Amino acid sequence: MSKKYWETLPQGSVVLEAGSSAKFKTGGWRSMRPKWIEENCIQCMFCWMYCPDMSVKVTAEGKRAEFDYDYCKGCGICALECPGKKGKKAIVMEEEGK
Amino acid sequence: MTTKPLRLKELAKGEDRFAHGHRMCAGCGAPIVVKQVLMATDYPIIAANATGCLEVSSCIQEYTAWKIPWIHSAFENSAATISGVEAMYRSLVKQGKIDDKQVKFIAFGGDGGTYDIGFQSLSGAMERGHDMMYVCYDNGAYMNTGIQRSSATPFGANTTTCPAGDVIPGKPQQRKDLTRIMAAHGIPYIAQASPGNWMDLMKKVQKAFEIRGPKFMNIIAPCNRGWRSRTDDAITLAKLAVETCYWPLYEIENGVTRVTVKPKEKKPLVDFLKPQGRFKHMFAPENEGMLKQAQDYVDAQWDRLLKESAAGEAEKAE
Ligand SMILES: Cc1ncc(C[n+]2csc(CCOP(=O)(O)OP(=O)(O)O)c2C)c(N)n1
Ligand code: SF4
Ligand code: SF4
Ligand code: SF4
Ligand SMILES: [Mg+2]
Repeated sequence: MSKKYWETLPQGSVVLEAGSSAKFKTGGWRSMRPKWIEENCIQCMFCWMYCPDMSVKVTAEGKRAEFDYDYCKGCGICALECPGKKGKKAIVMEEEGK
Repeated sequence: MTTKPLRLKELAKGEDRFAHGHRMCAGCGAPIVVKQVLMATDYPIIAANATGCLEVSSCIQEYTAWKIPWIHSAFENSAATISGVEAMYRSLVKQGKIDDKQVKFIAFGGDGGTYDIGFQSLSGAMERGHDMMYVCYDNGAYMNTGIQRSSATPFGANTTTCPAGDVIPGKPQQRKDLTRIMAAHGIPYIAQASPGNWMDLMKKVQKAFEIRGPKFMNIIAPCNRGWRSRTDDAITLAKLAVETCYWPLYEIENGVTRVTVKPKEKKPLVDFLKPQGRFKHMFAPENEGMLKQAQDYVDAQWDRLLKESAAGEAEKAE
């Protein structure tokens, strides 16, 4: 991150770029990593709805796509709430870096 | 504006108005609440936010997670701040200086910022009749400063300012029922919601935005740090809160109360308490009476609510 000085910041601490937090990647916080098992996925979208970190990607057609590991903090909510198919989860949590 | 259909497949095609890269803890309930509130509608929204976990973690230096105009306000005055914005907007529209784009106004505050320190400005804004919605995300303590008790902290909970030990067994008082206090303001719409019941939550937001005047929503927001629970259980606990009737889902529209989601089977309160470390001491043999006291309180509140809801139904049928 380049150093910024007060002269170059907008007056009054106004942030002019909406959603600029996307420049700050929180994926490095993760110690557990969710893994998507597509064949068990019923496309219910619960994982997308309940993710606190907007880290489940969606295609233009509104279908579930991969995780966004740049931001996913590995909380495991998606895995716990995933109904999966026939009792088989479509998301499992694995230790990061293994 | 037509009300947007609440189908997950359709909603997922839309753009989030709360971005990733925010710095709430992993598994925090508050961002789930915010994303659901903002997702419920396509109206342009301007929000104010009282100091608290949500505020300090969503806007840091030049990083903001908000994709709507958003203003940081002090801990005690988000309702006053947004009521001023709303009044200015109405005035500018009236003077013909801007077009009316049907902008909606929201103040977000934590339970500390709402039940306690911001209560005066909230009460004032409601009484003045501003066309705004106040959303309290209730995690049951002052989490951002290290889990101090608030008047929303449940009975028995262990916090740093009511620590469970030899002197007291956690918080000695029952929680304040702010939703009912807001009802006493006679405002047109009041609701209680949970992010575990996303459809119910979003329906309430949609309804609120079609009503002119002050609205209040109280939304439970699990906090795994303060509740001493797991990082993956925010939604599970948000659902258990509803299923045990600890956090009933209801609305009060023009003075008429209606329970919006009745649990199929009312679960014992311990199902909600047990997974949370803040209630651990209540399960010790010497504190057994506390569990009964907590259950009795929930039962009494729930019975009263059912009566009020039945009276509301009867009134509607007439
Ligand atoms: C007047 C004032 N007193 C104290 C504080 C310190 N403070 C900042 S956030 C906070 C707690 C907020 O609690 P709550 O509203 O419940 O939100 P949470 O952090 O739990 O999400 C406190 C005490 C402050 N910012 N301003
Ligand atoms: S682990 Fe948590 S942050 Fe990561 S995708 Fe699942 S719900 Fe989102
Ligand atoms: S919750 Fe599970 S089944 Fe549902 S869309 Fe996500 S991965 Fe697929
Ligand atoms: S302390 Fe609690 S409310 Fe605050 S960010 Fe962490 S989990 Fe969320
Ligand atoms: Mg709080």
